[in-house]
Amino acid sequence: MLVTNLAILVLAGFVGFYVISKVPNTLHTPLMSGTNAIHGIVIVGGLLVLGLSGDGFLNKLILVIAIAFGTINVVGGFLVTDRMLEMFKTKDPKKAAAQAEEPEGSA
Amino acid sequence: MFASFLQDPDFIRVCYIVAFALFIIGLGGLTGPRTAVRGNRIAAVGMAIAIGATLLTEGMGNWGLIILGIVIGTVIGVPAARNVRMTAMPQMVALFNGVGGGAIALISWAEFRSSDGFDHVATYVVIASLFAAIVGSVSFWGSNIAFAKLQELISGRPIVLPFQQAINLALLAVAVGFSIAIASGTTSEWVFIGILVAAALLGNFVVLPIGGADMPVVISMLNAFTGLSAAAAGIALDNTALIVAGMIVGASGSILTNLMAQAMNRSIPSIVAGGFGGSGALPAGGGDGEQRTARSTSAADAAVQMAYASSVMIVPGYGMAVAQAQHAVRELTLELEKRGVEVNFAIHPVAGRMPGHMNVLLAEADVPYEQLKEMEQANPLFPRTDVSLIIGANDVTNPAANDDPGSPIYGMPILEVDKSRSVIVLKRSMSSGFAGIDNPLFYAENTAMLFGDAKASVQEIVAELNEL
Repeated sequence: MLVTNLAILVLAGFVGFYVISKVPNTLHTPLMSGTNAIHGIVIVGGLLVLGLSGDGFLNKLILVIAIAFGTINVVGGFLVTDRMLEMFKTKDPKKAAAQAEEPEGSA
Repeated sequence: MFASFLQDPDFIRVCYIVAFALFIIGLGGLTGPRTAVRGNRIAAVGMAIAIGATLLTEGMGNWGLIILGIVIGTVIGVPAARNVRMTAMPQMVALFNGVGGGAIALISWAEFRSSDGFDHVATYVVIASLFAAIVGSVSFWGSNIAFAKLQELISGRPIVLPFQQAINLALLAVAVGFSIAIASGTTSEWVFIGILVAAALLGNFVVLPIGGADMPVVISMLNAFTGLSAAAAGIALDNTALIVAGMIVGASGSILTNLMAQAMNRSIPSIVAGGFGGSGALPAGGGDGEQRTARSTSAADAAVQMAYASSVMIVPGYGMAVAQAQHAVRELTLELEKRGVEVNFAIHPVAGRMPGHMNVLLAEADVPYEQLKEMEQANPLFPRTDVSLIIGANDVTNPAANDDPGSPIYGMPILEVDKSRSVIVLKRSMSSGFAGIDNPLFYAENTAMLFGDAKASVQEIVAELNEL
């Protein structure tokens, strides 16, 4: 189990490296925000630990806070990223097309 | 029958596979302007699938508390994300990152408690949980400090304790030492709390000495940290969704961190070892004791100067963001273009407090994308530029980075505004920039200062242009 998980870990690391390697400057902030939202996956850990083995007042309190934190991370992260990206989207199609071509030309 | 199919562990695992495939597709989308919006939404769908599948797990209980946690998180997170101003985005990202790290540290703590101090738990699970606890806690506290600095709740300048590095190393040694004690059988909760406290102090002390100019790099680094700790938590919980999503963020966050550090000609170790001038010797007034004077100008003069220029380069910085001046700047651009002046924007990769910060703001004000020049395109244009209008940017224009080997930012690539024929600097006061470094540009012969709030100054210039 450990070895399988380590294999998954290493492969996921390479995926992360290669998916990201080429990004125009303009998108650095939204990208950081987007990856930030994705590590909100920790909420899944909180749900599992609370749902399957949460007992005792303090444990429950800790885990409810953890789930609340994870939810803030997920919901806030995706919403903020979406808002940032809307800035680039609310253009007429001609400008949007110019936007899309520019970074490739300058890279 | 159907319910038991849904609760089949393999079905849940398949959902996780779908979820992380969507994360990867979504991230790929986020790297291009045309696909970014869709990419983010695809990743969000992946997250919904992962959470939904987790809730199907057989034997889940404590539903009331689960709902309570999610409701609290939603009630706090949604309005925060909806209402935050574009200028405050960097802090917001830091905060959202921090709570993620905090969640991981708390989960590790709860696991420790519910397994009677990792009694009869496989060693690798213990190690992964402790790693997640330490890194998650560092990320939580470090992000909070980054938030406080950017929100200006505490000074953006480097705050350095005596023997800072020795203290940090000692804290790290305490965290690792206590972890070894737990891994080798200690079940005392105080030891675990000791780890959390040491990591919390470490998170504070690592970020406090770092100056504002390095903050984007730090937030990105902490983002990668949270990802790595999520992956470690995934190993501990044997959960592929956590492993894959966490590791992808860890890897991509590291790359992003490196890109930002490169843009500033800084190495990540030197940033972490202490902010600009980690020695604490920050030259406040240039250090040469020479009395230097800056020339100040008026909005009317600035308007005339620009109206009769053939090319104007606008250099926005954090000051424009703080003053919410982007719409006024757009208005100024239109007025100048009406008079046949060629207007461009020079965007330093780390202008503002995050890469892309200026682009987001200017896009909001409908500045055409073609007018935004990245540093490599902008620098050759400066010698042909009549007026460089600097709006609340400081460190990214500091010629000391090119000329003064003694400067803490020596070697950082800058926008070479000093090469343009004249420079107008809009600034609130003569105070040095976020990095706390004096800027010789302000004392140059062809530089004029226009003091005041950036938005008010730009509006005054526009009004004066209309008078001409």
